Amino acid sequence: MKPITEAANRLDFEDKITGAARYCADIRMEGMLFAKTLRATVARAWIRAIHIPPLPSGMAVIDWRDIPGKNAVPIVTDDQPFLAENCVNYVGEPILLAVGPDRAETASFIRQIVVEYEERKPILTLEEAMGRDGDFISGNQPWFASYGYDKGDLEGAMRRAARCVADTFTTGYQEQAYLEPQGMVASFEDGVITVRGSMQCPYYIVDALKNALGWETDRIRVIQLPTGGGFGGKEEYPSIPAVHAALAAIKTGKPVQLVFDRKEDILCTTKRHPSQITIKSYLDAEGNILARDIDVAADGGAYAGLSSVVLQRMIYSIGGVYRVENLRIHGRVYATNKAVSGAFRGFGGPQAFFAMETHMEHIARQTGMDSVQLRQRHFLRQEDSTSTGGHLRSPVPLHEMTDLALRLSDYYRKREQPNTDSGKLRGIGCSVFFHGCGFTGSGEQDLIRPRVRLRKDVDGIVHVLASSAEIGQGAMTTLSKIVARTLSIPLSQVRYEYPDTKVCPDSGPTVASRSVLVVGKLLLQAGLEMKKRWSEKAFETEARFTYPKGFSWDKENHQGDAYLEYSWGANVVEVELDPVTCDYKIKGVWAVYDAGTPIDKKIVAGQVEGGMAQGLGYGGMENLEYADGKPVQVSFTDYILPTSLDLPPVTFRLVDNESVLGPYGARGLGELTLVGAAPALAAAIENATGRPVNRLPLTPEYLLEVMNGG
Amino acid sequence: MGEKISFVLNGANVSLETEPMRRLLDVLREDFGLTGSKEGCGEGECGACAVLVDGRLINSCLMPVLAVQGKRVVTIEGFRETARFHALSGSFDRAGAVQCGFCTPGMLLAAEALLTDNPDPTEEDIRGALSGNLCRCTGYTAIVEAIRNAAREGEGLWP
Repeated sequence: MKPITEAANRLDFEDKITGAARYCADIRMEGMLFAKTLRATVARAWIRAIHIPPLPSGMAVIDWRDIPGKNAVPIVTDDQPFLAENCVNYVGEPILLAVGPDRAETASFIRQIVVEYEERKPILTLEEAMGRDGDFISGNQPWFASYGYDKGDLEGAMRRAARCVADTFTTGYQEQAYLEPQGMVASFEDGVITVRGSMQCPYYIVDALKNALGWETDRIRVIQLPTGGGFGGKEEYPSIPAVHAALAAIKTGKPVQLVFDRKEDILCTTKRHPSQITIKSYLDAEGNILARDIDVAADGGAYAGLSSVVLQRMIYSIGGVYRVENLRIHGRVYATNKAVSGAFRGFGGPQAFFAMETHMEHIARQTGMDSVQLRQRHFLRQEDSTSTGGHLRSPVPLHEMTDLALRLSDYYRKREQPNTDSGKLRGIGCSVFFHGCGFTGSGEQDLIRPRVRLRKDVDGIVHVLASSAEIGQGAMTTLSKIVARTLSIPLSQVRYEYPDTKVCPDSGPTVASRSVLVVGKLLLQAGLEMKKRWSEKAFETEARFTYPKGFSWDKENHQGDAYLEYSWGANVVEVELDPVTCDYKIKGVWAVYDAGTPIDKKIVAGQVEGGMAQGLGYGGMENLEYADGKPVQVSFTDYILPTSLDLPPVTFRLVDNESVLGPYGARGLGELTLVGAAPALAAAIENATGRPVNRLPLTPEYLLEVMNGG
Repeated sequence: MGEKISFVLNGANVSLETEPMRRLLDVLREDFGLTGSKEGCGEGECGACAVLVDGRLINSCLMPVLAVQGKRVVTIEGFRETARFHALSGSFDRAGAVQCGFCTPGMLLAAEALLTDNPDPTEEDIRGALSGNLCRCTGYTAIVEAIRNAAREGEGLWP
């Protein structure tokens, strides 16, 4: 048998290459109506009145009074309404929907509706939120979540320290910019609401519908359609348009399609949390890092959403790949009157690793050390304890990986001769990082207890029944390969349909680099059971997650194994920068990853190349700012995504370090590939310019400020 | 308001009576049910709606249907019937150039427009030709490789 890693043909390939795949906007149903959303145009206000013109025949309006259950999006807390009642908290917040048979007329009707607002003083920036002492957006304080934990003895280490190096970093928004905008289509028949659409987490939508409708699960069905990218942006957000479309379908008795246009999508959907991170490192006279005092602040937007969970990942990642025995780590995520910040590939990791890795560069610069050697001296090793006191059970091949990345890129030669003859400045920099796989702590066990089933038909075809969504990342193919391998049958004998909650159990959301590690492992277990009974004609097997022995997590005190598994990475980026304009070109990208055994090397290559592109976009060109409570960049004309001309190919290697927990030795990879790009880019720019940077994105405008000593 | 517009769509003569300023993209998707052309941005930035008009790659979200009067329009639904498509499809598969698939039809037509003009493109040429087609999944590397391989292996297809 070939090694599992050998590339397979993607199961969704034919459908997509021929253009036959039907995404949400491609769906047409008999009598279908089109929905359009009326959205808040002010950042914070009481709604005093809404003036709706007489309804043309065939049209309907849906507002919060049409919600029979609870007007609250069920995420971590329930502060966010599906539809605004008497107040709005961000520009773009949904107030009501109009539905009608003609899309243009429905949109035109929405534009005729007048909302009378009584404006309130909004909180528009992280700084304003931090300084606020009253009139809060939510509850009795300016933040949604505030966490802290310690390791060792910070005060004692500070007394022993010879010096302190301190930095404050800020990072901006990033828009997921999946190519397919958000979309849902709902139909209501025989008392059952069916919602189809673009999504990562079918069961989040089931929960949202249960909450909004007050119905039992047997009257709710959610089916994923081919999904044009997600990157976290279709984790929690789609619950909102799903409920909107469902309410309209129930009210009108007709199928309803709700598809965003791009401006609307950028305006109102979740984005990566902006952050401000301060790190103080205390060093002895030999340059050993004795202790760190770290403060993380993140901008959560108007409602809590997943902010508390993102903050957890930020504070569990901010220690970096380093063994520092004395730590104080504190983090808060604040409320502001802007679109809700949410899940985005990396989930708090990109901000944390940019800050920590750039800080390591600054320590080296200020103490006259080589920044790679400084890192190497402090690398975590197998059997070390993590910042939360978790146990690193597996080999931690950071030395091997870093050496390989440096060799591939010819790092030291380039690092020492940064200038070129052409008048351009050349620079090269590296980053070393990790991504914790699966839900935080014991969340897999406590929050979802994921399940999968396999069904064998009389014809010998095996159906995978799992709620993991194919969003382009290759989940369908990867998970099917695990099943085929376990059963020793060809891949062509395995079927993986887009998840339908009527037939697929809840194997958890398609997030957190958990699909291969957790869902893949469950499929392997269900497969082993099926293999034992293979001679039976038609039957099903099931597997359910159990928290592995020896792991522990204390959620209240942030102590123990923050993640089930860790994937590791080392990146090198080389740039050439014009000292006059500060415009720069990325000349080379090298990457080494440890994600265990790859299940499919072609799919893994796609994750590496795509994640790196998105990470370099985050680091360099993707700039989204708010002014007066409104996003300044709301289209692809001004929110600039990397094109084919902006990026060189990535030279990458995978190290061989089998996971003990994961199926066939695999760990999570999808997010890891984004996390290290921005800090390596920052280090390269610092090498080229000789100036420290402390902000993302690294736009030429910002670098001009840096070069001019600003 | 209606005007009669006639053109050749995927090799067949078609005509319709419609408002002449409607976007070609909407006419293709709604009047002809050709949903392989996607709307990613609606303002000509992403290329997901790209089709060929008289062999030239254009964003159908920016073109009024009036502008294709008497012209030849090829969408993915027409292109997929050709030998060139099959060469590109094979190389896209081998290179791993498809992930979410939303940019894919536009990418294929961009590749076809390039190879028709330049059957032996350099990597630089390919990257230039794709610069109007955004892909958020692949980082472009696999797509560039796929097009280069198709050009190499598809000898005689793009003379």
